Amino acid sequence: MKIVVCLKQVPDTEANIKIGSDQKSVVEAGMKFIINPFDEFAIEEALKKREAGTAESITVVAMGPERTRDALRSSLELEVNEALHLVTEDDCIDGLAVAKVLAEQIKSMDYGLILMGKEAIDDGNMQVGPMLGELLGIPCISLATRIDIEGDKVTVKRNTDSGVEILESPLPCIITCEKGLNEPRYPSIRGKMKAKKMEIPQQNISLGTAGVEKISMTYPEARSGGRVIGEGPDAVAELVRVLKEEAQVI
Amino acid sequence: MSNLLVVAELQQDTFRKSVFEAVCHGKKIAKALGASVHVLIPGSIDKQQAAQLGEYGADEVLVAAEEKLKLYNADLYKSVIVNTAKQLDAQVVLFSATFLGKDLAPRVTAALDMVMASDITGYSVDGGNLQVVRPMYAGKVLAKLKLSGKCVISLRPNIFGAEKINEGQQAPVKDAQLPALESKVTVKEFSAKGGDKLDVADADIIITGGRGLRSAENFAMLEKLAALLNAAVGATRAAVDSDWRPHGDQVGQTGKVVSPKLYVMVGASGSIQHWAGMSGSKCIVAINKDPNAPIIQRADYSVVGDLFEILPVLTAEIEKNR
Repeated sequence: MKIVVCLKQVPDTEANIKIGSDQKSVVEAGMKFIINPFDEFAIEEALKKREAGTAESITVVAMGPERTRDALRSSLELEVNEALHLVTEDDCIDGLAVAKVLAEQIKSMDYGLILMGKEAIDDGNMQVGPMLGELLGIPCISLATRIDIEGDKVTVKRNTDSGVEILESPLPCIITCEKGLNEPRYPSIRGKMKAKKMEIPQQNISLGTAGVEKISMTYPEARSGGRVIGEGPDAVAELVRVLKEEAQVI
Repeated sequence: MSNLLVVAELQQDTFRKSVFEAVCHGKKIAKALGASVHVLIPGSIDKQQAAQLGEYGADEVLVAAEEKLKLYNADLYKSVIVNTAKQLDAQVVLFSATFLGKDLAPRVTAALDMVMASDITGYSVDGGNLQVVRPMYAGKVLAKLKLSGKCVISLRPNIFGAEKINEGQQAPVKDAQLPALESKVTVKEFSAKGGDKLDVADADIIITGGRGLRSAENFAMLEKLAALLNAAVGATRAAVDSDWRPHGDQVGQTGKVVSPKLYVMVGASGSIQHWAGMSGSKCIVAINKDPNAPIIQRADYSVVGDLFEILPVLTAEIEKNR
């Protein structure tokens, strides 16, 4: 069985986001980009399945501008088998437009399992996995914290907001990965050396006319805040009074 | 007249809190679009209760009381919603961005080839088109989006609030038409969350602990305070990565984004990624020993000092004031 991992390159979690003069883009100069943290869980799980012998190979697919190559290079350092770059300068805000391009690409690939993060931490859409399942006509199980493959069946554990579910699905299917699934590894020296020599094929794509159009971006209202009630346990009585009488939140 | 469909979520045979704001704001959007509001309930509910959604703006309530829908299955729920949306030729399908809404809405969007905006925190209607506001980069910026054509939106819970638009009005309740219900995915096991542990995403008050708590055991102090306030206990990434708390409790850019009425942060400095996940809270309180911690500058109210001294006093004071 072959595994396809979809990944996205995103700004680092500690990055300050600066809105560009067009009000629609983010200033990228000096910004650190990383593999979307939830996609790291997907890569790690794919590597684990290959080590266990359930998967023969791992193909990583990423969509985005030129800089996305760095994220794909990082995945090659982890010794995935191949990487594919779908190149576009389009704003990837429209989840369905993204899912359609991915579906078109993956349809012709040989895969038994598709893994990706539960969401990308930049747009936080949480849409593409389930949409892709729908478009490819295969099941999608979201937010996995455990994945067991046996033959052509996969068992997935996930935490919902009301409890814990164990789900079973035939392969092929899509699984989106949640924190807690595994501990992503660091690349080895050998992996880093190997990745240097590997090609990353590129393919130009277009998202077409998206139904979601970004009009503008703004910063959230700055909080006035900053009132220090006092120091130590002596300040507690005043804090409780303020929360009750001024803020009226308790 | 066009139609707007609201998907209502049940928990233990009763409505989740988010249903009322979804119906109420569904009505407001529908009004601007000249549409009527239909509410679909996958699962069974008391008819009387269903009819009461009329008070929040429902023009009609459709109940899909089918045994197969008792346990949540994404494919089956999707089929019922898609079937109903097609029958109504729905202009807008509206979800709450709960676990279930986040799982279902993209499937419905793809099946109906609509456009989607998740987790919105604001909306307006302009010339028949819906414009929405939604956080990006976990709330570091807000994006205004224009949605063209038929669309699916999910509302971030606890932002909009619910009001009885039509006090006393009962909505007609009908059986929803069911399509063939098939799924390749089977639910092997479901164990409901132990006790009445409140999820950070649902809570009105959250008490969050960070690195300053020093151990998993010390979170018992937060649990005690939380119990008094009917609050949920949250955790920073540092606390979760130290295995002190389950990752479901994590608040921040790689955890949950929350917007409670009161957010109390104990022993955590307030990193950018954490701030992004909770800065939408109405009131923020910080307890931290470092007067220069970023959170002290930004919280509405703060107390500087040793949390191990302050927390017991705070708990006692709250108990006294109940």
